[in-house]
Amino acid sequence: MTTSTALPPAPASPGPRPTKQVPHNVKTSRRAAWIFAPSLLVSFLFVYVFIGITVYISLSNWKIGTSPNLSLRQPLGGTYAEIVQEQRFQADIRNVVIFTVIFLVLAILGGLIAALFIHHVSVGKGLFRTVFLLPYALSFIVTGVAWRWIFSPSTGVNEILRSMGIENPPGWTTDPTILGALNNPSGTDFLKVQFGIPVALLPIIFAAAWQLVGFAMAMYLAGLASIPEEHLEAASVDGANVWQRLRHIVLPQLWPSTITCFVLLLHVALKIFDLVVAMSGSGPGFVTDVPGIYIYNYLTSRYDKASAMAIILLLLTLAVIVPYLIRGYRKERKA
Amino acid sequence: MAVETLEATPSQPVREARRRPGKPAPKPRSWSLPKSLGGWIVLAVCTIATLGMLVPVYVIITTALSGSTGAPNFFLAFPDAPSLDAFKGAWTKLHGSLANSLQITVPAALISCLLGSINGYILSKFPFRGSNALFTVLLVGMFIPFQAVIIPVFQFLNMLHLQGSIIGLILVHIIYGIPITTLIFRNYYEGIPSAIIEAASIDGAGIWKTYFRVMLPLSVPGFVVAGIFQCTNIWNDFLFGFILASPAAWPATVTLNNLIGTTTVDYSELMAGAVLVAAPTVLLYLVLGRFFVSGLTAGAVK
Repeated sequence: MTTSTALPPAPASPGPRPTKQVPHNVKTSRRAAWIFAPSLLVSFLFVYVFIGITVYISLSNWKIGTSPNLSLRQPLGGTYAEIVQEQRFQADIRNVVIFTVIFLVLAILGGLIAALFIHHVSVGKGLFRTVFLLPYALSFIVTGVAWRWIFSPSTGVNEILRSMGIENPPGWTTDPTILGALNNPSGTDFLKVQFGIPVALLPIIFAAAWQLVGFAMAMYLAGLASIPEEHLEAASVDGANVWQRLRHIVLPQLWPSTITCFVLLLHVALKIFDLVVAMSGSGPGFVTDVPGIYIYNYLTSRYDKASAMAIILLLLTLAVIVPYLIRGYRKERKA
Repeated sequence: MAVETLEATPSQPVREARRRPGKPAPKPRSWSLPKSLGGWIVLAVCTIATLGMLVPVYVIITTALSGSTGAPNFFLAFPDAPSLDAFKGAWTKLHGSLANSLQITVPAALISCLLGSINGYILSKFPFRGSNALFTVLLVGMFIPFQAVIIPVFQFLNMLHLQGSIIGLILVHIIYGIPITTLIFRNYYEGIPSAIIEAASIDGAGIWKTYFRVMLPLSVPGFVVAGIFQCTNIWNDFLFGFILASPAAWPATVTLNNLIGTTTVDYSELMAGAVLVAAPTVLLYLVLGRFFVSGLTAGAVK
């Protein structure tokens, strides 16, 4: 297997800068800045300016794409006030929170356990690693159609459940049931959805975890490879058993890998779109609806609503990503 | 020197530097059967988990092989009479989109890699005041949900009369590919000694000449890593293709998704289509897995 030779560097580990920078004169510096400028400007336009435009649209009266109405909606922010009261919006927020939490636990814990086992296996390490990472090379659409078939209510895993004596297995992506539902926990009429775990989300979470568990595994394997063997040997000599070595040496050293996995997988989970489209769409009563689908649906009829939801999704993502990037930037400066 | 660097993956110089001198490199693990009970348990767990991971792959392939008589009644059943009939149907519906995907992926990946390489070269070898901060500003573009820019992008492509076209999609993939390729190349070039640049500059070579004569020939592994990363990303893209492409320009992922009918789904044809759409990236992964893994951690900002 070609994958067996090189592992990626331990992510997020600062590490000394391998090379000194070339001393430059002012003229060279200026030329360098000019060469970098076009990329920066294009990115600035397509990221920051376009986000600004989306913010403006979310505050405007622009509804249908072909007839722009750029007047600001009164009262300002009325579109946001409108959507947060919708049943669909509230379902989306519930779904994305549930999806993210369960998916992160499955993918990160699964990746950690897989890495710990694969790191110590004596035969076939490369093969195991290759198989675990294989789904990562697939499109979410391919993953989605495969898992749609696996959880198809009449021909999928339900056949196994029936043979085990479960007479009424769940309808999976077509099932409107909410597990552990709390009715109206706030006691006001603002909340229009039941809080709990939608059964229909579970197959989608399993599919996403299957696709990305290998990513977490690869991160953890890189982390494990960077732990000096001497530390573990010294601990063994001192009489530490497997659990003590795991708890006091291995897991603390893997913390940077965990942070990287957490941030990168969390932002994938917030943005999830393709997988849900391929597996179920919005689902009955929006049980599998997510912000990405909400935005797509309103692109034809309500530019303002689609934009407002997109900005909310953006803020959720930035809340995770910006601290992570700033942390990387600070480390870079210290180095 | 050049040969050594060519063979190095971007990560290796960094790891070599981190290792204290005078310490022997860890011995490569030998292929041997486990010697203890614990070793056998580890092997058994790995084998079972790996087989579990392969179940969906098995399901895709066996269902795709179940032929034109329709999907089997049970997802784990192996077809009684395996045939490639479903592939014929899937190919008829998908070959146009597969060609579109290829036409989108190759130029977009190439150009974004070239731009990323130039940016990475500047940022790692000619840092200027504020370049690190600007780089962080650029990196944000890698993580944003594209829904937050999709309306302006749509209107922008409309203005250029590129809306719905393959060229429009290529353009969008290049632009939103710049942050990640810049990151990959910057990290890669940090592993190439600056002494080479200094030597070239003493010889009187300018920024561009040094790039084309010295840096570019050393960049082959970087291009392989970034190229695989971008090819996989762009080939697997769904959102941009779904929203920005007209039916004639649909990439394969969009057409595959459209094979899911509104009422009935022909699962054998759908799975055959899934195999066709997955094949290029899976082959890339199996053949160049080492480079694939290096690109994977690129999202991990150091």
